[in-house]
Amino acid sequence: MKIKIFTTLIFVILFITNLSAQEDDLMNLLNTKPETEYAYATFKSTHVVIGQSIKNAAKGTMLMNIQHHFGPVNSGFYDFFGFDRATTRLGFTYGLTDRLAIGIGRTTQNKTWDGNLKIKILRQSSGARFMPVSVSYYGLVGIISLKNPDDNRYSYFSNRLSFVNQLIIARKFSSAFSLQLVPSLVHHNLVETEQDDNDIFTIGTAGRVKLTKRMSINFEYHYILSKQTAKDYHNSLSLGLDIETGGHVFQLFLTNSQGITEQYFLPYTSGSWLNGDIHFGFNIVRTFTIIKPKEFEKD
Amino acid sequence: MKKTVLIFFAIFFSAVSSQAQKYITKSGKISFFSDGPLEKIEAKNNKVNAAIDAKSGLIVFKVLMKSFVFEKALMQEHFNENYVESDKYPLSTFKGKITNIKDIDFTKEGAYDATVEGDLTIHGKTNRIKTNGKFIVSSNSINGKSSFTIKLADYNIEIPKIVTGKIAEEILISVDVDLKPLKR
Repeated sequence: MKIKIFTTLIFVILFITNLSAQEDDLMNLLNTKPETEYAYATFKSTHVVIGQSIKNAAKGTMLMNIQHHFGPVNSGFYDFFGFDRATTRLGFTYGLTDRLAIGIGRTTQNKTWDGNLKIKILRQSSGARFMPVSVSYYGLVGIISLKNPDDNRYSYFSNRLSFVNQLIIARKFSSAFSLQLVPSLVHHNLVETEQDDNDIFTIGTAGRVKLTKRMSINFEYHYILSKQTAKDYHNSLSLGLDIETGGHVFQLFLTNSQGITEQYFLPYTSGSWLNGDIHFGFNIVRTFTIIKPKEFEKD
Repeated sequence: MKKTVLIFFAIFFSAVSSQAQKYITKSGKISFFSDGPLEKIEAKNNKVNAAIDAKSGLIVFKVLMKSFVFEKALMQEHFNENYVESDKYPLSTFKGKITNIKDIDFTKEGAYDATVEGDLTIHGKTNRIKTNGKFIVSSNSINGKSSFTIKLADYNIEIPKIVTGKIAEEILISVDVDLKPLKR
């Protein structure tokens, strides 16, 4: 009798283990080839702090970007610590494809209009295809729309133009840490004096460290390589805090740059952190979905 | 002695024949839906892997979380980055069993009600779930459909305080898979 119970027990155990083995066999059938996985959300916003990040507007989405750089806090109570001397920009960016986004904007500084585009050239990926970094090109054309002053400096339309060319090389090292390298070339058709550089080269770095899932500390630094400009101006340094709340990203920051777009803040940052020329600023980014993905088209 | 040989052959053939009774898909559909006061959230995944062993009634699913497509790209990013943490937990799985397998004849065309019970793993957390579904057996495929609700809290998926009460804490999951016989 005892032996019978014993054998039954063994059979039951065998049956159970066999069952879970079958489950695993069945699961193994589902082992598919590794797909290429692209890094996403390297930065929360299209800007790290004041400059461009690797992030593009997703296909079919429009971003509205409201940017504010107040005057320097050391301007004192009379200017309410910079509040009275803000430069602002309103910008719209639209994701045409997964790789290409185009945008327009208007800045108070020199009443400048800008048109810009960002193209993803390489995308950081793992799995089937390995790519250690993402690389994007960012280009911007600025048009000064001030009235022609007495010295007739804007008699030629071309004198109103400025250009920015940037390569953004970025890597998301972990979900908490991302870093990018940004070499830039800024060209101004018209500069103040003959000695001034028309072409200004800078090399920058920017990164973020996430504090929580929805908050991160960001930094950005651009070093001026062109000699004449380096003598007259300071390198741009910014520290920021990103706060994400569903459809919005709020970016609060301190910077020594009053200029908002690259052709102004990369070469012409006149403030110095050491002198207390620190500007408070913020970006608010709102995302709108214009075209839904094909899975949702018929709704 | 003869008996032993017979048993041996019986086991051997049952093992062989069970091979032919597996059904599989790599393009199953899973969608989920939640309706909160702030956001209606809907996502679709058309790359679901699933398999059934018609003899034992075992049923398994393997779902790549990044394959869920949302109406809003930003929502998709937040889903992966903040809610289910797809970098840490790329896969969700289900391992279960059709508990009324004896009422279902996968070799005969027709519609069958089924109950399925098993372990659902999402966001690294496993819970036992039970659900009702329907199988429609046709000449060359089996269609399986089911829907059930899960609580986000059961899978350690946090809703940030700022949107607590505005996003539903329960999610309705719908499964729709067309399984084909496995060819060896």
